[in-house]
Amino acid sequence: MNFELLVFYFLATILLFAGLRVVTARHPVHAALYLVLAFFTGAGLWLLLEAEFLAITLVLVYIGAVMVLFLFVVMMMNLNIEKMRDGFWSNLPLAAFVGILMAIEMSLVLTVAGRTIGSDPHAHAAGYSNTKELGRLIYTDYVYPFELAAVILLVAIVAAIAITLRRRTGTKHQDPAWQVRVKRDDRVRLVSMPAEKEGD
Amino acid sequence: MTEIIAILQGFFGFAWPLIYSMAKIVAIVAPLMLGVAYLTYAERKIIGYMQVRIGPNRVGPKGWLQPIADALKLLMKEILIPAGANKMIFLLAPVLAIGPALAAWAVVPFSPELVLANIDASLLYIMGITSMGVYGIVLAGWASNSKYAFLGGMRAAAQIVSYEIAMGFALVGVLMAAQSLNLVEIVKAQHGGMFSWYWLPLFPLFIVYLISGLAETNRAPFDVVEGESEIVGFHVEYSGMAFAIFFLAEYANMILVATMTSLMFLGGWNPLFDFAPFNMVPGFFWLISKVLFVLFLFLWFRATFPRYRYDQIMRLGWKVFIPVTLVWIVVVGAAMQTPYGYLFH
Repeated sequence: MNFELLVFYFLATILLFAGLRVVTARHPVHAALYLVLAFFTGAGLWLLLEAEFLAITLVLVYIGAVMVLFLFVVMMMNLNIEKMRDGFWSNLPLAAFVGILMAIEMSLVLTVAGRTIGSDPHAHAAGYSNTKELGRLIYTDYVYPFELAAVILLVAIVAAIAITLRRRTGTKHQDPAWQVRVKRDDRVRLVSMPAEKEGD
Repeated sequence: MTEIIAILQGFFGFAWPLIYSMAKIVAIVAPLMLGVAYLTYAERKIIGYMQVRIGPNRVGPKGWLQPIADALKLLMKEILIPAGANKMIFLLAPVLAIGPALAAWAVVPFSPELVLANIDASLLYIMGITSMGVYGIVLAGWASNSKYAFLGGMRAAAQIVSYEIAMGFALVGVLMAAQSLNLVEIVKAQHGGMFSWYWLPLFPLFIVYLISGLAETNRAPFDVVEGESEIVGFHVEYSGMAFAIFFLAEYANMILVATMTSLMFLGGWNPLFDFAPFNMVPGFFWLISKVLFVLFLFLWFRATFPRYRYDQIMRLGWKVFIPVTLVWIVVVGAAMQTPYGYLFH
């Protein structure tokens, strides 16, 4: 057993444990934190595959942004854990069906279709840069699918903002540009008053 | 030096790579912690002089032992855990704050050879690791089981996540100019005197990065996160060493941002002018003096500017910095296709 294999089993054990805890943890915040751990160890596994760009992007996007927002939401919700447990038995048949279906699909992918993907693990040459290679492929061979995906995401962002945007009335909103441009005469009125003599 | 390493290698046998890495990590972290301690001293002294005060001057000659005394005091204090707090996460939060702040230093080069891990994607690594620092703050606020701490944590997290985007885009400009994600290569691409460093062609990005760095590390004038005496922040419920760890993380992050600014925009270890006697000074000295200069700017800002209002902080991040970086990235990309492209390399 070489060192790489040892690291793989170490990370895989943590990943499986974290994944299991995501679904079994009693508290939703704990579950979210175990998901963070799962993402982080997943990034470690990708590093073993010399896919450093994907690994670091996983950390940057999923841990650094998505899960933070997720935690926000989970923390702010007033969750009633007892009430959530009530639905366990009634939802079990459907959940079990979906779970078994997914397990079958994944095993099919890994055993039948994956024979060409997984059977030939070869190390890259010394000067190989995953980042450079991915960038080259995305912006040359796959430029149209890539740009299409980007446009779809942009549409989704605009739609999300359009749905949630509420124009509140009566806000004390101020325009900073106008605040900076303000002149003395807009705010102050100088009044000339002659001095008054005492006793007049 | 090489003989000493050979002797030690023989002594430790197969455990040598582990011990050698550990020794290198200690060689980075120990001076960093000392730097953090004396940065707090420098901050109090410099702001003191700027406000025509003397600053700490009682412990040791001219107050030089003040940070040591502060550290001792914090070590002795009791760590209170509030009733109803989520104990495990409450204690985990400071660890999650300091972990990324130290882990990021693994790829920071101090000279062309002096770097713990010279990896190809070091710029990406720094962005990825520093983006995890926000967890310490969010979890500290939540686990304290206090509304004030919770709101403080939310405020801090929103600010940090917002400014991270502008910071990331500023780095995109740097990697376009240097055509590499490797920090050593980025510094080498700025070879020459101060006019071949990236602060000049990437000036808007330099300013955006510097100011976003202030906001990322919750420094004044963006310190609504903690606002030492006036605003209640995410760490109200922390005491003793648990509180000190948050401060260690903040100052380690400050030094990290200053170092990154020096490496990416101020030419790293390149001398100020590329002729004698300037280029005879060792590169390490130049890097340190640039880092100290940027840190001095941070302290100077704190003494000078009044605190931003929270909605103004958000406006600056989202409506000013992100558009500026986006426009300048396009400008750099377009200019590289013209005959004047060499100005941006």
